[in-house]
Amino acid sequence: MYKYDQYDQAMVDARVEEFRDQTRRRIAGHMNDDQFKPLRLKNGLYLQLHAYMLRVAIPYGTFNAVQMRKLAHIARTYDRGYGHFTTRQNIQYNWIKLEQAPDILAELATVEMHAIQTSGESIRNVSADQYAGAAADEIIDPRPWAETIRQMTNFMPEFSYLPRKFKIAVIASKVDRAALRWHDFALRIVRNEAGEIGFEVYAGGGMGRTPFIAHKIRDFLPTTQIFSYLQAVLRVWNRNARRDNIHKQRMKILVHELGQEEFSRQVEEAFTHFLSLGQDFPQAEYDRIAAYFTPPPFEQGLSEDLDLSDPAFAAWVRLQTVAHQAPGYAIANISLKPVGGIPGDISADQMDRVADLAERFSFGEIRATHAQNLVLPHVRKIDLPALWQELRAVGLADANLDLVTDIIACPGLDYCSLANARSIPVAQKIAERFADLERQEDIGELKIKISGCINACGHHHAGNIGILGVDKKGTENYQLLLGGSGDEETSQAKITGPGFDEDGVVNALERAVDHYRAVRQPGERFIDTYRRVGMDGFKEAIYV
Amino acid sequence: MKVLTGNDLKTGAVTWWDGVQWSLHVEDAVDVGDHADAIMAREQAAQRVNGPYAIDAEKTADGVRPAHIKDRIRALGPTVRPDLTLKPADPEIGNWVI
Amino acid sequence: MSDTLRFRDDQAADEPAVSLDAFLDQPEADSVRIEAGEDVTLLFPHLGRVRLVEIDFPRFRDGRGFSTARMLRETGYKGEIKATGDVLVDLVWFMRRCGFDSFAPNVAFDPAVVEASLARYPFVYQDSGDAAVPIWALRHPGLAHG
Ligand code: SF4
Repeated sequence: MYKYDQYDQAMVDARVEEFRDQTRRRIAGHMNDDQFKPLRLKNGLYLQLHAYMLRVAIPYGTFNAVQMRKLAHIARTYDRGYGHFTTRQNIQYNWIKLEQAPDILAELATVEMHAIQTSGESIRNVSADQYAGAAADEIIDPRPWAETIRQMTNFMPEFSYLPRKFKIAVIASKVDRAALRWHDFALRIVRNEAGEIGFEVYAGGGMGRTPFIAHKIRDFLPTTQIFSYLQAVLRVWNRNARRDNIHKQRMKILVHELGQEEFSRQVEEAFTHFLSLGQDFPQAEYDRIAAYFTPPPFEQGLSEDLDLSDPAFAAWVRLQTVAHQAPGYAIANISLKPVGGIPGDISADQMDRVADLAERFSFGEIRATHAQNLVLPHVRKIDLPALWQELRAVGLADANLDLVTDIIACPGLDYCSLANARSIPVAQKIAERFADLERQEDIGELKIKISGCINACGHHHAGNIGILGVDKKGTENYQLLLGGSGDEETSQAKITGPGFDEDGVVNALERAVDHYRAVRQPGERFIDTYRRVGMDGFKEAIYV
Repeated sequence: MKVLTGNDLKTGAVTWWDGVQWSLHVEDAVDVGDHADAIMAREQAAQRVNGPYAIDAEKTADGVRPAHIKDRIRALGPTVRPDLTLKPADPEIGNWVI
Repeated sequence: MSDTLRFRDDQAADEPAVSLDAFLDQPEADSVRIEAGEDVTLLFPHLGRVRLVEIDFPRFRDGRGFSTARMLRETGYKGEIKATGDVLVDLVWFMRRCGFDSFAPNVAFDPAVVEASLARYPFVYQDSGDAAVPIWALRHPGLAHG
């Protein structure tokens, strides 16, 4: 994992002092909230429904046991004993006091963490494949580049006030576990015919009220030219985006309006210019960063055998573990989706236990996933039974990865000031309806994603089944969507028809699932069946 | 009735205008008639409230009930964590929101 | 003029800045004002006679002026670049890094806050066309930079 040197530490420490000063000026009345709001947002501090909310960055979803313990400490000391993992691999706290926010940032800085640019019109925390550095199918670990980009894009002067937020993702495998093409700017690390590593570049994706799937704008970008290329993209957008309508300022709108070809042409022109300035980060800096990501000392000759006679353990192994690049090891997913629980929520005590388990079983490493779960990336297979027992003791041993109860849900109207409807109770009702594991496994992979409003933090556009909360004359109403996907065959979900109330949408979803089971062919997942048969049959089944 | 709500600047807590100051309890909210703007301007300038706004509400037997579900959730707390609401002892309190 | 914060030693231009259109029509003008959204590249062929470029910020959330300033510096322009309008003191450091060297905000800055903001960050992560040496170059003193 990356370690701060004196420079990184000095920058983060300076940021804490800057925010302390800004907070002091706000509380003393030297700034009004209009002026303060963009400053607090650039430090991840929102004013939500019940209190301030702080979003802490987990760069590319990688963190360690020491950091997790600090997150638990913050939950206990400054919040109400829990945190919420988000769909951008970050963690947020719901009950923060403004006067304590600078102290929290100072605590985070002691463990090399921050909340820089986790909200507002800025370049957000870079997201990445949660299995990076462990996945059997990656061509290289993408995180050194994600970290290099983190450093390039923190405190970037020219882009202090972008038209809107800007989200970046980096992966290095064919299989897309990071919803690449739903990002403003996305990089897939590839190898060209000469065997060199470079980036395949995508731009202009995003969810929100006008969803777009990113276009590929370049087949191969030499990795050491990324700073020039990124500046070119940002400058073209910063100069040309509309500034008169907040809903039309994301880069996806510009790419759409200019057309992908014209956008690429302008980017390439600016790129040539930036290359001539000689500002790119050198290979040596990438190498320095990459050295921190050398794989941990995996043991050789470990047994692959597992005693699967306990059916509950066997189910957990079957569903929660994934192939690792090192023989004898597995990637273990920790579900934060217990039936009846709140997707992504975790108590301070559970955080501490996960930290302990990461130290005991996974070289101290933890990952946060965009599906609001956690991962211990490097577990010896022979340790899986002990790990499972320990997880069971703290209520974290649910087996449901990518199944119908592994639901992504945004905080919705229970916490979010922009919401139209609650998301969490809908997720809870669906999970309770489908709690039976045998039924879940029979249904197979089915990604349900719920947003409490059109901003789409719950990724409903990318759900095999999406649910969108809307306000119908002051009452909560839910639209059902089908056919979305965030994987390498990205697609946008379509609305089935008129909306439902809370129980109605759960029933409608169940009818959609029953229809899939009735018409699927052997081996087909829900999304495959939907793609084969189309919306009509589902519609008929839903609106009986 | 028209009532005023906002958040406390330092703590972020949801507050309601009780005629004299900002209370944590919606029951204390008073009808401000057409003085909403004047009160909000004065209180905001004095840093006693953050982001105040006026809403419609109704006086009922159990107190003041905001017209919109969003403000009822603000008045109570998250419905999915009854233990963290202002009425943690009342298991039925979630129903008040709906 | 008294409320202008200036980081230059030369004499300030004394003619008021004219609009970009007017400037292009008036061969003797030496001070020009660029509104947010105007294309600064139209000015590039005429930079030889420019002493002052004012870049206006209609709202602090409108960040187009940052690119305008930096693009001017990238051409080699050495004259004054002044930020006017809704300019937040907390952004002065970033603006300095983009090439602004004077500030005439709607609401005058508190000099103590300016000083603190400019002194706040000991390093920079990346080039921005200014003289600051990025952290990566400090980490690799043997490598040529810029
Ligand atoms: S989707 Fe809407 S309700 Fe959900 S977290 Fe985002 S803004 Fe809030």
